Amino acid sequence: MPLLEVRDLTVEFPTRHGVLRALDRISFSIDAGEILGVVGESGAGKSLTGAAIVGLLERPGHIAGGEIRLDGQRIDNLAAEPLRRIRGRRIGMIFQDPLTTLNPLYTIGRQLTETMQTHMRLSDTEARRKAVGWLDRVGIPAAAQRIDAYPHEFSGGQRQRVVIALALCAEPALIVADEPTTALDVSIQAQIITLLKDLTRDHGTAVMLITHDMGVIAETADRVAVMYAGRIAEIGPVAAVIRHPAHPYSDGLMASIPSLEHRVNRLRQIDGAMPRLDAIPSGCRFHPRCPHVFGRCREQQPELLDAGSTRAACWLHADG
Amino acid sequence: MVERPTLEAIAVSHFFDVSRPFLQRVFTGEPRRRLRAVDDVSFVIAPGTTFALVGESGCGKSTIARLAVGLYEPSNGDIVFENQALSSARAQPAMRRRMNMIFQDPYASLNPRWRVSDIVAEPIRAFRLATRPNEVQGRVGSLLASVGLTVRDGIKYPHEFSGGQRQRISIARALASEPDFLVCDEPTSALDVSVQAQILNLMRDLQQRLGLTYLFISHNLAVVRHMADRLGVMYLGRIVEQGPAEAIFRRPRHPYTRLLLDAIPDLEQVGRARTPVGGELPSPIAPPPGCPFHPRCPLANERCRMEKPAHVTADSVQVACHAVEEARDG
Repeated sequence: MPLLEVRDLTVEFPTRHGVLRALDRISFSIDAGEILGVVGESGAGKSLTGAAIVGLLERPGHIAGGEIRLDGQRIDNLAAEPLRRIRGRRIGMIFQDPLTTLNPLYTIGRQLTETMQTHMRLSDTEARRKAVGWLDRVGIPAAAQRIDAYPHEFSGGQRQRVVIALALCAEPALIVADEPTTALDVSIQAQIITLLKDLTRDHGTAVMLITHDMGVIAETADRVAVMYAGRIAEIGPVAAVIRHPAHPYSDGLMASIPSLEHRVNRLRQIDGAMPRLDAIPSGCRFHPRCPHVFGRCREQQPELLDAGSTRAACWLHADG
Repeated sequence: MVERPTLEAIAVSHFFDVSRPFLQRVFTGEPRRRLRAVDDVSFVIAPGTTFALVGESGCGKSTIARLAVGLYEPSNGDIVFENQALSSARAQPAMRRRMNMIFQDPYASLNPRWRVSDIVAEPIRAFRLATRPNEVQGRVGSLLASVGLTVRDGIKYPHEFSGGQRQRISIARALASEPDFLVCDEPTSALDVSVQAQILNLMRDLQQRLGLTYLFISHNLAVVRHMADRLGVMYLGRIVEQGPAEAIFRRPRHPYTRLLLDAIPDLEQVGRARTPVGGELPSPIAPPPGCPFHPRCPLANERCRMEKPAHVTADSVQVACHAVEEARDG
């Protein structure tokens, strides 16, 4: 049984101009110890998927259909209090901006011990000892002294380390990391990614890694889901999706990324832009931009179909 | 014959005064403090080429962008535009119109209350490149067409466009004064990759068609590799390595360039473990003595901690590193 199972997840936003469907029947699963990358361009719905899983959808957005199971137990229909216990204890979160995650008025030691003591039975000394241990593990130098410092006394990279410690300290089974390295410079980014990978390997934690950076996914994730306009366009092992993308959108996306290895004269570009939620095209959402479009694409929406080693929502794979 | 460079920076430095207020300094006896954003930087940009500056946040690359179009005055050194001091070139409208800038954030750099056609027409009117309304509108139409928009887009407001389209509008506006030299400060870092590819392709097309010269600032090495003819790698206000982009990418010499290239996740290396660069960028208010990179450098020795390395040229690439100079770099 997978650790996290999402089936037909649909998220809607009622507005004055009608209901906007931001996520449309998304299904995927993550096993224990696995890192699933979720990639897509802004507005594709990747952050929304993460927010729905941790129960932090911003109103008036709400789950309008489908279910989310953690260890077989449904978590999408829980009341506020049981959900709060699961969030933090069973699911940890890392967001893009460490400054908004940390409380500027509390020392980081207090934030760590408070998180642990909310979810676990620990004495004050025990919690503090563990907090120092976590800071040490995420690579904060002189952890025993730095534990009484406030967030502003740390640099950006160190703050993100503290946030990771905070997400991990209650030893959750699943971590939802939304653009954890986007605000950081490449050299710091590499440190954080290495750290995240090591920690999840050591603790068997499952990770849902949401990012727009295909490079980060390539070296971190086991599998990847490519999202487009509120749907999963393709999902499969990371090497397969990158080297032999089966969906024309993932194909275009990979080709549009400039490479460090060799220089091309022109980058392949996908013309046009992702549709707005109030103007979703009929049939396949990608068809107006797709170089392989044919009749069926304009009328019928494809579900995920087997496409070699990945699964792609594309009619090109209808008979394979 | 050596072509006259479009832009030349000669030993340029720029300081920011970050001292506390005067009275506080009097009471605490604290000295003035200066932040060295740009420290003794020299480069030359040949006409029709792209010179790229790459580095992490706080390395001074955006300060150079601003120095290059005259938004800041250099504290030391000279910037020469087409054989004239930049400040005197900026004083003449005929010269001033020949340089322009494209900014990172296409949301903040367009006036939300103006129609797109007015945004693009403003430089044409300001420099009196055309005066009759028909003529102005004709020029605006062809500028919009050259960046892949339509004349009809001219009557809309910026908020009706996506990020990529707004960046096209910024480019159309930058081209309106018929410049030769464009400073592009992170022009695609706010955009999604597929849109980034559209804008990068457009910028290369325009360069070829109009013979533009670019100073291209980015933190993204892959983007820089795609755009640059020559490349400068910046660290803490200094250019630590510069030369032909291909030569640097093929064989990076400075330890920082190597670590930077190694730290980039690349699609062609699925599952590869990166060797993270240890440590973080030191404060430019109190830069380390000697080579600014020595606290993070795997090759640092006593000399690196004491003495600032000078630029040494080897195979058309300039490197400021004692280890490379002494061939300690393996």
